[in-house]
Amino acid sequence: MQKEIIISGFGGQGVLFAGQVIAYAAMDSGKQVTWIPSYGPEMRGGTANCTVVIADHEIGSPLVKNPPLVIALNLPSYNKYETMMQTGGTLVVNQSMIDRGAKRADINTIFIPANEIAEQIGDRKLTNMVTVGALLAALPELALETIEAALKAHLPARHQHLLPKNYEALRRGFESAKEQMSVAV
Amino acid sequence: MPKELWKGNEAIAEAAVRAGLEAYFGYPITPQTEILEYLSRRMPELGRTFVQAESELGAINMVYGAACTGVRVMSSSSSPGMSLMMEGISYIAGTEVPAVLVNVMRGGPGLGNIAPAQGDYNQAVHGGGHGDYQPIVLAPASVQEAIDLTALSFDLAEKYRAICMVILDGCVGQMMEPAEMPEMKPVHRENWDWNTDAKMGKRERRVLSSIYIEPAEEEKMNLRVLNRWRTIEAKEVRYKEYFLDDAEIVVVGFGTAGRIALSAVREARTEGIKVGLLRPITVSPFPYEVIDQLTARADAFLVTEMNSGQMLEDVRLAVKGRVPVEFYGRLGGVVPFPDEILNEIHRMAKSKLSLDVHPRDAWLERMAHA
Amino acid sequence: MATENLVYDRPEGFTDTPTHYCPGCTHGVAHRLVAEVLEEMGVLEKTIGVAPVGCSVFAYNYFDTDFVEAPHGRAPAMATGVKRVMPDRIVFTYQGDGDLASIGMGEIVHAAARGENITVIFINNANFGMTGGQMAPTTLPGMKTTSSPNGRDVETQGYPIKVAEMLSTLDGVGYCVRRSLHDPKNIRLAKKAIRMAFETQSRGLGFSMVELLSTCPTNWGITPVNSLKFVEEHMVPFYPLGDYKISEAIKQIKV
Repeated sequence: MQKEIIISGFGGQGVLFAGQVIAYAAMDSGKQVTWIPSYGPEMRGGTANCTVVIADHEIGSPLVKNPPLVIALNLPSYNKYETMMQTGGTLVVNQSMIDRGAKRADINTIFIPANEIAEQIGDRKLTNMVTVGALLAALPELALETIEAALKAHLPARHQHLLPKNYEALRRGFESAKEQMSVAV
Repeated sequence: MPKELWKGNEAIAEAAVRAGLEAYFGYPITPQTEILEYLSRRMPELGRTFVQAESELGAINMVYGAACTGVRVMSSSSSPGMSLMMEGISYIAGTEVPAVLVNVMRGGPGLGNIAPAQGDYNQAVHGGGHGDYQPIVLAPASVQEAIDLTALSFDLAEKYRAICMVILDGCVGQMMEPAEMPEMKPVHRENWDWNTDAKMGKRERRVLSSIYIEPAEEEKMNLRVLNRWRTIEAKEVRYKEYFLDDAEIVVVGFGTAGRIALSAVREARTEGIKVGLLRPITVSPFPYEVIDQLTARADAFLVTEMNSGQMLEDVRLAVKGRVPVEFYGRLGGVVPFPDEILNEIHRMAKSKLSLDVHPRDAWLERMAHA
Repeated sequence: MATENLVYDRPEGFTDTPTHYCPGCTHGVAHRLVAEVLEEMGVLEKTIGVAPVGCSVFAYNYFDTDFVEAPHGRAPAMATGVKRVMPDRIVFTYQGDGDLASIGMGEIVHAAARGENITVIFINNANFGMTGGQMAPTTLPGMKTTSSPNGRDVETQGYPIKVAEMLSTLDGVGYCVRRSLHDPKNIRLAKKAIRMAFETQSRGLGFSMVELLSTCPTNWGITPVNSLKFVEEHMVPFYPLGDYKISEAIKQIKV
């Protein structure tokens, strides 16, 4: 088993942390994992992305050309990765930040109004966790509970009080994606 | 110790601390700055020495001074900074004191860029500084290897009174992977018979210098270092093999290029192609002997690097023209994807390969037509 | 032989090695003062010297202490490395003006700015001695050298650098003075200053430097006696002797 995930968005949208949460969950469930960010001037604002690879065996390339799984948190990321995705892949799009529908029919595009959901929960910063939850609907190798456990284990002490809201964000994203996927099928 | 998710650069810093690093001197440069930042917190917390130098020139000479006292000392930088350090590196080699240096390589030459690259292979492996010397050069491909090899580098540097360099690229430096840290070793000052830590009423005075005004004396020093190097060549070669038992095509790559090749090799294996991977871990001393042995049973080699074919020349030295050696490289900070290497494997499996064309020429020819 | 008549002897701080300096050069005097001070302070056993590149490249042969040999200009960085891991040792650099004020300007300024607890003995003889008398940053305006054959033209070759004045502006500096070696009185004053510089270090009071105006009869092309006069008549007026910085804590030191 090997799965490659790219998470992309504006700096400040929690792109890198979302990837790390997935990486922690993969590690804690005994899998091999790599997490690699875009680095340098890009991290000083502007777009940011990270690539997470999860596997049962020793991971070769930590980078992927045609990802099967993508979270696009803004329009530039949506535009960029929609064209690069593997056929049959799943693209989670933050619907709150885009103004167009899907161009490709050979991938599953899941539209999640992540900003709105996060705001309903009470914290705009949870946008990333909503989309991570949505991605999990297409990543059965990682159970929702594993991500929750990873958050609990690795969130700094000063942020631990935010755990319930993070759990809620994950679940709302997950359910929203499941609904769309069942309709699509 | 349980596994933790470590970023390559920070893992190197912590591994050095656990290996008994007593002093670090450095200067910020992307993509290695996390090593400096990490140690700026960690070293003072342990009562150890951390100095942000005024330049890489300053840093390497602080390393030189501390190394002369016999303590475990290190600096880290990235390509342009390593060039600045070359003066000090040559002096350290000429003085035969141990020092550990980490180069998180980036695109070059010149200011280049900050993307992952392997263009400093020749600088690291075949000298860089002036004069006759050879550093030990270790090339990790993962965060765990970066940890293990950083810890090892201090032992090797001390054992052989040599420079031990860890070369990686921004990919390994910036990447996070689950990894296990070694146990914390206490800082330990050996009773060396060479270090200049002041007489303290216990011994005759000592001088550490790279000066040998008499050529005959310098030659003696050169030969002493060379003989030590021969021991290193005999004892310290390290590499990792993948699917080599029945391999007809042997891919050779170090560091990130090596691990990317692993993805391609694995894919080719699922297609039934008998291909394996040799990933040198010590690029200096280079695993000439294992390549020599592989030449006896392999049909061809594919060298893949993130440079214009620098290690390629070392592979060709070992193969000695007996079987075809092909090359695939990406340069300037461009990281290859596995499918590019897989295409090369496909091409090699299907076509008749030439012994006559230089692999770099053939590669450039293919690039021009791509 | 009646030892009470002994008026000169090799200081304990010296080895038996005869120096290689030219006749009339004041490097020998400067060396002797450093050796006497280290001996008088009783710190020879715990001293580590850092030799430069230049005429005093072989300084490590003459002092009976541990020594390391730095690349050109880098002695302050190397001394930083030594002192930071061996803070209870006495660490000094001995550098000429090509080494310290030209190629090593970055290292000396930053060692001083960091307040490295080291002592620097800086020999200013207004030229690159070892390579045969080329222009140094300290060469006087109009002074002829092998690389300023018509005399240093400040329009094209710039102005001399007054190192003691410059470093004294830095907060990390505890003790920074200029002395001269051109006559016995000044030599005595120079020795006192060297003592104060090492006392500064042994008390952990920051960076200390003594700039010593020195002769180079060979490259100046004049006799040793005339070169002493040259220092007095031409160098002292341009490089005024004096205490450029002595921190309050150091002023309290009585030796």
